[in-house]
Amino acid sequence: MIKNIQKTLYDKLWEVHLVKQRTDGSSLIYIDRHILHEVTSPQAFEGLRIANRKPWRLDMNIATPDHNISTDTKEREAGVDAIPDEVSRIQVKTLDYNCDYFGIREFRMNEMGQGIVHVMGPELGASLPGMTVVCGDSHTATHGAFGCLAHGIGTSEVEHVLATQCLVTKKMKNMRVTVTGKLGLGVTPKDVVLAIIGKIGTAGGTGYAIEFAGQVFLDMSIEGRMTVCNMAIEAGARIGMVAVDTKTIDYFKGRKFSPTGDTWDIAANYWSTLKSDENACFDSEVELSGQDILPQVTWGTSPEMVLPVNGFIPTPEDEPDPQKRQSIKQALSYMGLKGGMPITEIPVDFVFIGSCTNSRIEDMRAAALIAKGNKVANTVKQVLVVPGSQMVKAQAESEGLDKIFKDAGMDWREPGCSMCLAMNADKLGSGQHCASTSNRNFEGRQGTGGRTHLLSPSMAAAAAIAGHIIDVRKYGVQP
Amino acid sequence: MKSFINHTGLVVGINRSNIDTDMIIPKQFLKSIKRTGFGANLFDELRYRDEGKPGEPCDDRPLVTDFPLNQPRYKGATILLAQENFGCGSSREHAPWALDDFGFRAILAPSFADIFYINCIKNGILPIVFNKKIINNFFSEVHKKEGYELTIDLDNQSVLTPSNAFKFSIDQFSKRCLLDGLDEIDLTLKEIDTIKAYENKHMKKVPWVFGAIK
Ligand code: SF4
Repeated sequence: MIKNIQKTLYDKLWEVHLVKQRTDGSSLIYIDRHILHEVTSPQAFEGLRIANRKPWRLDMNIATPDHNISTDTKEREAGVDAIPDEVSRIQVKTLDYNCDYFGIREFRMNEMGQGIVHVMGPELGASLPGMTVVCGDSHTATHGAFGCLAHGIGTSEVEHVLATQCLVTKKMKNMRVTVTGKLGLGVTPKDVVLAIIGKIGTAGGTGYAIEFAGQVFLDMSIEGRMTVCNMAIEAGARIGMVAVDTKTIDYFKGRKFSPTGDTWDIAANYWSTLKSDENACFDSEVELSGQDILPQVTWGTSPEMVLPVNGFIPTPEDEPDPQKRQSIKQALSYMGLKGGMPITEIPVDFVFIGSCTNSRIEDMRAAALIAKGNKVANTVKQVLVVPGSQMVKAQAESEGLDKIFKDAGMDWREPGCSMCLAMNADKLGSGQHCASTSNRNFEGRQGTGGRTHLLSPSMAAAAAIAGHIIDVRKYGVQP
Repeated sequence: MKSFINHTGLVVGINRSNIDTDMIIPKQFLKSIKRTGFGANLFDELRYRDEGKPGEPCDDRPLVTDFPLNQPRYKGATILLAQENFGCGSSREHAPWALDDFGFRAILAPSFADIFYINCIKNGILPIVFNKKIINNFFSEVHKKEGYELTIDLDNQSVLTPSNAFKFSIDQFSKRCLLDGLDEIDLTLKEIDTIKAYENKHMKKVPWVFGAIK
């Protein structure tokens, strides 16, 4: 009799998509969804043209511009031809051209459905449970939140997927991160993932596919799970995932590209099997207690340089490891901070609420709850609230959230990546501190010399009102 | 793909961990729709004292003189030495394109980010993992001896110094692609029948995946 081998969710998805296991150890896996944007695709399309190749299947691809486009309403209304930065304009137009040329479905700059790749994919039902999803963007791990095998790829791989619908890859190892118990008031999915990165480090997940498990994730919404999986890459893991449950299936009901009728029933049935077997073996296990997690804030230039909001910035002299001591010194000097200071004393010049980590409707609601009836501190230069997609924007406006933000003195913008990476006009100036709901606090990420502090949407809104980092729980509201 | 067989070259070290792809090539340069020309802006924010703009010449920009790549003794270096988690961050292939354009053929570090590692291989740059002790040892050699060179022999998977050979590991598929400079798409398309057969089977199992996006 064959031994009944217990499998992880990742093992199962891998097996279903394995086209061929080659003798040299590499594997060919089949790709169900390929999402394209303007930055990492032009050279891939060019490669296809030079080699005289066509996409393998058109119906597996979906495209949208997000990184480069302006989030300013007037500039957006002026259209693609009016994008002031010439290089950005060429890139966005190149995506439009390539999608037309090859026949790929694109949601254009001002079209309903457009948005940040990792926000629009799930909300359109373009990425669905059980799929393999790739995109030339490292935050593709987001789609693992609903039981996809999803990860970022480089441009050569974008070209490879376009041409063959397959990816040459190697299987990762399995890691499970379990967060037990319940989260406290004011503690959000962003805090959970930052706490995980703080614990395992930015390279802790390298070589692994991480499955997030435990009561905290069972209780979490699908959007919250997306926030967590989104940042798996900041823990070094290309893949983050959560098992499918009834919430997952409900989330996809009625979405634009979701199956309907009998096919829906078959799909939902299949999706409900997408979880790790009870005794599946993981190569590595990490456990955190939900009760112990407080709202988190990063103080340095790597997402692992993170502290609970009641924490104090580390002093290099206290660090025994010379390499780490050097990193702390470097980070403090770049961030203009002193070791030993409470994190709540960090002043805030800018606030950015947006990015593929935190620009979904629940994030907008959480920020609005804090903003409501308050005013942005007069020391804060600008607060950008940038919905992740046209659909999030429309939904937020139908709930009157835009008005709450505007009344508080915040800017309500058009959907795009915005100040997450400053490829567009939204940037920090040198030396400015930004409370940001994005995912990377690398040097220069939000603008040359800019200083980023990663936190949750409600913490960001609270910082906007206080003018410095502050514990959102002081506002006494449950986000 | 560009091939890699043997290489002897000057070594330069950047003694920092977590060098991310934003450091390797800052976002403003990703707007290019080409694969070439990124070398001048490699490590832009670490190399220059002013802010780099895409399309602007770099010859007269003020340099950060103590940054290793700017020191005359490392001019022409083709092997880069770095610390843990090199290439973390985004999936931008512009990072290896910039390293390649600058002239780097190999990178030695205790660990690499997964996506960056793959992107290097696809561009004929060899990422080599050694433990921290060996890497730190190379760092001190580079520091001590001006003109310090290493020889990399991919077929034998070793890095050679005048007195020593250090073995490294690499998966066999990547090794073959690098040695033979293979076009991976061609290679995959040789399996066209296998892919088609899989696709037919997959279409029956998960029909909703197909044909929905129009
Ligand atoms: S929001 Fe930021 S992290 Fe997300 S896709 Fe856009 S640039 Fe990348």
